[in-house]
This record gives sequence, C-alpha cells and structure tokens, in this order.
Amino acid sequence: MTKVFSNSKSIDDKVRKNVFNFDRIFKWIAAGAAAYILAIIILMVIEVARGGEPALTRFGFDFLTGTDWNPVEGREVYGALPYILGTLVTAAIAMVIGVPISIGVAMYLSEMASKNIRTPLSFIVELLAAVPSVIYGLWGLFVFRSYMKDFIEVPLSNSLGFIPIFSGRPFGLDVLTAGVILAIMIIPTVSAVSREVMMAVPNAQREAAYAIGATKWEVFRHAVVPYARSGLFGASILGLGRAVGETMAVTMVIGNAVGAAALPTSLLQPGQTMASIIANEFNEADPFSLHPAALIAIGLVLFIVAMAINVAATLMVSRMVKTKGSIE
Amino acid sequence: MLEDEKITIKSMLPTNKEVQSTNHELILGRFKIILDNFSAYYSGKPAIKDISMKIKSNAVTAIIGPSGCGKTTLIRCFNRLHELISGATTSGRLLLDGENIYESGANPITIRRKIGMVFQKPNPFPTMSIYDNVAAGMKLNGVRDRRKLDEIVRRCLEMSALWDEVKDDLNKPGMSVSGGQQQRLCIARALATEPEVLCMDEPASALDPISTAKIEQLIDRLKQDYTIVIVTHNMQQAARVSDYTAFLYLGKLVEFGPTKQIFENPTEKLTEDYISGRFG
Amino acid sequence: MTKPEIKQKFVAGNLKRRMLVDKIFRGAAFGCVVLAIIPLGSILVEVFKNGALAISFEFLTAPPGAAGEAEGGIGPAIQGTMILIGLATLMGVPAGVMTGIYLSEFGSNKFARTVRFFNDVLTEFPSIVIGIFAFIVIVLTIGSFSVWAGAFALSIIMLPVVARTTEESLKLVPQTIREAALALGVPQWRMTFSVLLATTKSGLITGVMLAVARIAGETAPLILTILGSSLFFQGFDKPLDAIPLRIWRLSLLPYDYSQLYGWGAALILILLVLSLNVAVRMLTGRRMFGLVRR
Repeated sequence: MTKVFSNSKSIDDKVRKNVFNFDRIFKWIAAGAAAYILAIIILMVIEVARGGEPALTRFGFDFLTGTDWNPVEGREVYGALPYILGTLVTAAIAMVIGVPISIGVAMYLSEMASKNIRTPLSFIVELLAAVPSVIYGLWGLFVFRSYMKDFIEVPLSNSLGFIPIFSGRPFGLDVLTAGVILAIMIIPTVSAVSREVMMAVPNAQREAAYAIGATKWEVFRHAVVPYARSGLFGASILGLGRAVGETMAVTMVIGNAVGAAALPTSLLQPGQTMASIIANEFNEADPFSLHPAALIAIGLVLFIVAMAINVAATLMVSRMVKTKGSIE
Repeated sequence: MLEDEKITIKSMLPTNKEVQSTNHELILGRFKIILDNFSAYYSGKPAIKDISMKIKSNAVTAIIGPSGCGKTTLIRCFNRLHELISGATTSGRLLLDGENIYESGANPITIRRKIGMVFQKPNPFPTMSIYDNVAAGMKLNGVRDRRKLDEIVRRCLEMSALWDEVKDDLNKPGMSVSGGQQQRLCIARALATEPEVLCMDEPASALDPISTAKIEQLIDRLKQDYTIVIVTHNMQQAARVSDYTAFLYLGKLVEFGPTKQIFENPTEKLTEDYISGRFG
Repeated sequence: MTKPEIKQKFVAGNLKRRMLVDKIFRGAAFGCVVLAIIPLGSILVEVFKNGALAISFEFLTAPPGAAGEAEGGIGPAIQGTMILIGLATLMGVPAGVMTGIYLSEFGSNKFARTVRFFNDVLTEFPSIVIGIFAFIVIVLTIGSFSVWAGAFALSIIMLPVVARTTEESLKLVPQTIREAALALGVPQWRMTFSVLLATTKSGLITGVMLAVARIAGETAPLILTILGSSLFFQGFDKPLDAIPLRIWRLSLLPYDYSQLYGWGAALILILLVLSLNVAVRMLTGRRMFGLVRR
C-alpha cells in the first residue's frame, strides 16, 4: 500500500504517548471548578456563622427578639428585631406595589404588544435592571424623596395620620420611600420571569379561548393565568429575594434609625433593614467590641432568609417551566 | 493484486484456533476489520445484535438497510464514537488489523486517528479557514511544522478533488464554500490524519446529484489507498460504488457478500424483498 | 375548564360590558408599563442633567480635595474601579468558564444538577453577605482592607454569571462539531479549548461583559472590603477607592459640591454600565434572560 505521507511515524508517537490521561485530569479540573461554587457557599455559611457567634452566644435568643441596640462600651446590647422587621416590611411594600405592576407589564408585553413595540419596550424594562443600586439610592435621595414627601407622604399624614402606620411627621427618608424604590427595582426581575412563564403557556390554550370569542383580557385571565399561576408565584418570590437582599438603595433612603426607634411601626418614619444596618455601621464598629460580631450575626440571618427564599423561588420557577413546556 | 501489508500482531491477542485462522488471513492482508459477535446497546437495549463479518482491505463495503436497522450505530462503533452517548455500551470484538479496539486499555484517540469518519451533513469547523480545517487533525495533535502542514493540506485537497477549486482561497472560511465542496473538505480533513479506514455515514445524502456523483468518483479513487466503509440508504448508490455489501435488518446482519451477488442473486428472501423495494 | 363551562362564561353575558372590562384591563396593563418606565426615564434624565455639569478633565483625573473644599475629582475612584474589574475578572472568569464547561460537557449527573441549581441561587445573592464573607476570609487574615478582598468578593459575584453564559453558549454548539473533532483523534480537552471555545467566542465575551456590568456598580461588598480612599492605588494589600463607593460617600457629605460630584460619578458609572448592556444586546441580538442584573 502506498503511504502518501512519510511522517506518519511522528504523528503516531505524538498521539501514542498521549494525553488520554489528560482527558481524565481535564474532567477533574472542570469538576473541581464546578465544586468551587459549592465550596464557596458552604464556606460562606461556616465563616459567617463563626464570625457572628460571639454575639449570638452572648445574647442568645434575645438577639432575635430584642430591640435595643447600643454599641457603647460597657453597656453593649444588640437586638436585631427592628432590622428583621424592617427588612420584612420594606420587602412587603415592594411586593404589594411591585408585583401587580410587574404582572401588568408582563401581560402587556406577552399578550398585547405588537411585535414592533415588544422588543424595544422589553429592552427598556431590562435596562431598569442594569442600573446600579447606588444610583437608585442617589436618585432616591436627591430627587424621588421630595416627590414622595410632597405628593404622597404629607397628604397621607394629614389625612390618615391618626392611623398608627401613618403617624409622625414625614421627611421623605423613611420606610415607605424605601419600599417604593424597592418595588421599582424588582419590576424588571419579576416581569421578565413572569413573561417567560406566560410564554411557556402553550398557544393551543389561547387559541381555544379566542376561537370561542373571548376578549384579550378574558384569554389572559382564563387561559393563561391558570396555567402560569405557580410560575408567577415563583417569579414573585424571586422578586422577594431581590428585595430582601437589596442594600444600597435602601440604605440611602431609609433614614438610618437605630434600636427601638427603628421598629417599623410607622411607614412614614425612618427605619432600618438588616442589610442597611450592616452598610451603615460596619466601618465604624469598634473591632474590639461585640459590635462587628453583632453585625455579622445579622448578616447570617440575612443569609439564611435570602437563601431560603432564593432556593424556594428557583425550585418553583424551574418546575413550572419544565413541566408546562420549555422555553428553550 | 493486493500487496501484503506488514502487520504487527500484539502479544495480547487470544490464541484460540478460530482467531488463529483469522490471523492467518490477516497476515495475507486481506481483511482490515473483523467483527466477531459484535453487539451495541443503548442503555441496555440492543441496537446491533451479534454481527460477525470481515471487511476487506482496499475495497468499498456498503452497509444498507431500512431506517432504524442499526447501520449508523454500527459505523459509529468502528471509530468508537458510539460510546460518547451516555448509557451506550458494546459487547463482542471488533478487530482492526487483528487488534480488538474495544479491549480494555485501548486508546480510543489513537483508534480514531486510524479510522476516519465523514458525516452525513458536512460539518467543517465554523471558525476555521479551509486550510485550518484540513490541517486541524494535525495541528490539534501538535504538529507545528508549517511546510509539513502545507504539504499535507495540498495532498489531501488533491486527493479529495478539491484542490483546484480552492487553491487560491485557502484562507477563506471553511463554511464559505458550497455543500458539495464542504463535504469534500470534510473528506480531506479526515484524510489528513492518515487513517487506514475511512467510514462514511451517508456522505452524499445531503448533497445535490452533481456533488453526489463527484463524491462517488472520489470513493472509487480512494479505495486504492484506503479501506472504505459506507453507510447508505440509497441502494443504487451502493450498487454503483461498493465491492461488498452488508444488509442489516433490525440490528441483525441478514446477508453479506460481493455487491454483484447481493443485488443480482441474493440468498435470503428478506434481502431480495428489500432490494426489490417490497419494503423500505 | 370544560367546553360547556367556557362556552357559558364567554358566550353568555353582556358583550358591551365584557368589552369595557377588556379595555379597562388592557389600559391598566399599559399603565403598568408606563409606571415602570417613568423611574428609568427620571433617573437617566437626572443623572445626565446634573452629572454633565460636573464633568471636566480635572474631575476625571484628580484626587479628591480636602473635605469641604470644592476642588479635586474622582480620579482614584475611576482608577480603582478599573483595577478591581481587571483583578476580579482574572479571579472569576477562568473558574466560571471551567464550571460552564463542566456543566455543558459533563453535566448530566446529580452533582452537576446540584451545582447548576446553586449557581442559579448564587446569582441572586445579597452582595453584602458576600462582602462579609470576603471581609472575614481576607481582610481579617491579611489584617487590612485591601484590593484582594474587594476583587475576591466581586469575583464571587461574577462567577455564576460567567458559568451560566458559558454553559448556555456551549450548549448551542451542535453535537456534530464535537464529533467531527473527536473523529480526528483529538482528545476531548483539546477539542474543548481549540474548537468549542473558539466557536462560542462571542457568547463567552458577552458573558464576561454582563458580569463586568454587574460588578461595576456593586457597592455593598466594597464597603466591607476596600474601605475607600482618597489616594490612588497604593498596593494590592491596601484600601482603594471605587466609583460606586465614592458615590455613596459623597452622598453622605452635606456640601453642595459633593452632591454635584456624586451626580458626575453616577454619570460615569451609568455610561459604563449601559454601554456594556447595549453592546451585549447588539452582540447577541436576543435577550439573555436571567443574566442582566436582576
């Protein structure tokens, strides 16, 4: 047989003493990189727990239920309840305002917009997500706050000020403003996921309803929502996760109340969330006191809450997308 | 007549009588690939059952049969691509020059160099030029000498009858040529690693008649230097191009023999029914 | 719903009223869109309007003056952001790409599913907790607020984004390309780097750009790791300034000039982030769901 090339020997050698073993190593390296993520999460739990442990052991359960917050040496007491409540209340406001708007946006974009408008409009909504949190905070501090105060909070205070949650003189830097800004910030996430969820509803459902003469709204309400319900719920939970973890924008508009004064009894008064107290106080905390440990312990609580919410949300959304028809 | 090939027989070969006589034939260089009770499975379900056949060197062997008969699975076993699918396994022996390529410890990478493959739909590497496509097998195995690569690229493109058409455009992207040319490019690419066997899985089925004719002429020329196994669903093509034909049905080898005999005087009724189009 | 039930609901009933309800809700949906877009418009307008007044060569290159004095600029912050992005990319992108490769090429087992799941969870994570983690692991170990800590925290934020985009891009490469390379006797690792990654180059690049856009605006983890500074880069184990951090600190000062400088810095930051996002959008032409900062 005529061999066309005279160099086959060299190739043979090159291949024979080969790197088949390297393929195995390659797989292990890649697996190691993948495991890195898991390692980081596990390590995070361990280190944050260890960092916060001094405060937790010192105050025990009172850490979660106490409302006093005093870093002064000799009279140190740390209770995180106001901040936990602050996180929950601001997140709740964000959900109440943000989720309906997000679903409205998603409904418009998936069911009602014409093709030409859909792309640029959805792109603009996405851009909302790209704006950094600190710029939301800056805008909230110097622009939005006065609008909130003049057009919403002062009227509220004047008319409904006898109701406890609207009591006190509002200055614009308070729980309500923080909640509203959070609502704006979760709109891109919740609406994007809601849209994907809605698009995963098979068209056959819509067509059946249209064929009977249903209006667009009726199609949405009776053909799309029943299918998408769990996915929409999952989208909202994702928004909740974002709202809980959001730091800078909240820090800059919530007014930096501390201790019992931070209890969110009134929406029109300054407050504090778990994330914002850490941002506000960490750099000034005396490293030789329990103050840093207390802040880290709050971080641990935040970690657990955020983790639980995100895990639940991811599970819900992926389950709906998988069973009802994939987007991919 | 065929020249004898120099074969090195590894000491790991089993020594029972049957295989010895097989080896005897090997030494005469007549059979390049021998399947011995070979089966292939997907997650435990057999797609190919107990196939035994001998593929002659420097000849074209066609594998025909209706869809789902296992012919693509079979040819992908030749260069150990079958096992890339998760859950895919094999049993039995597949001997290349007397060595069982499925022996534990056998290096699939070396085997794939010796048994090249051309796929149904032309698949040149999308980010590489024509030159780089042909040289890919060499470059990715560490060959760096520019002159050597130039020589190899030219020879392979000439052998696949593409050189004249692209010699001035070697740096153009591999995807920029027509479908038929892309397939010849893939053939050149497969030839660059100096395989001894060339497997072709329905190489012309995605091409127009003129390109198909060119590929068939190519196969006829290539068999002088390579052993060719071609899967085809086009019986006329098998009749035109091959020296031997294997007819598969539902994973089993129904009949195997010289093409002339299979098409004009088949032994099995099943074969005759398929050839005459009573089922497809 | 069964056919008779649907029929009853839709066909019966006052048509006029149904049309009105339809109009109301469709209007409400459109109203939601308007409500969602107004803040974005306001932010962009305010940032550009106020920030433009601050921009000057001195602003972009000089260090801040003494507190209370309306001179100087945000030079160190700009430098710091660039250094942090560069270092974080070096730390986070290789790991992210390798993770994406693992998930795409080897990823049909339980381990891979777990990693993928937690990868998605990590994309949504409160960045301040990541900052605490970096603080404990690096700042406390080294003994000072440092660039290493900041870059480490940012790299953790980048990782899941890069891993996800890499996996999705690789999944788009048709299996036949892999087979063509393997059929040539090329080992899998070589095939992955020389063929697969080359084919998905644009996908990888957009992934990195998205990740950079995300970390460019991160502030919370930086508070806990690089502390901020008025000086230019002093060393990897020293504090550093960064644009978002400087915006935050400027917003705390009571002076007029600090507000102005804050807007100016915000303008720079928004230009950076938005241009990256627009570039990604143009490169991919389709929405990369879930990867824009949610």
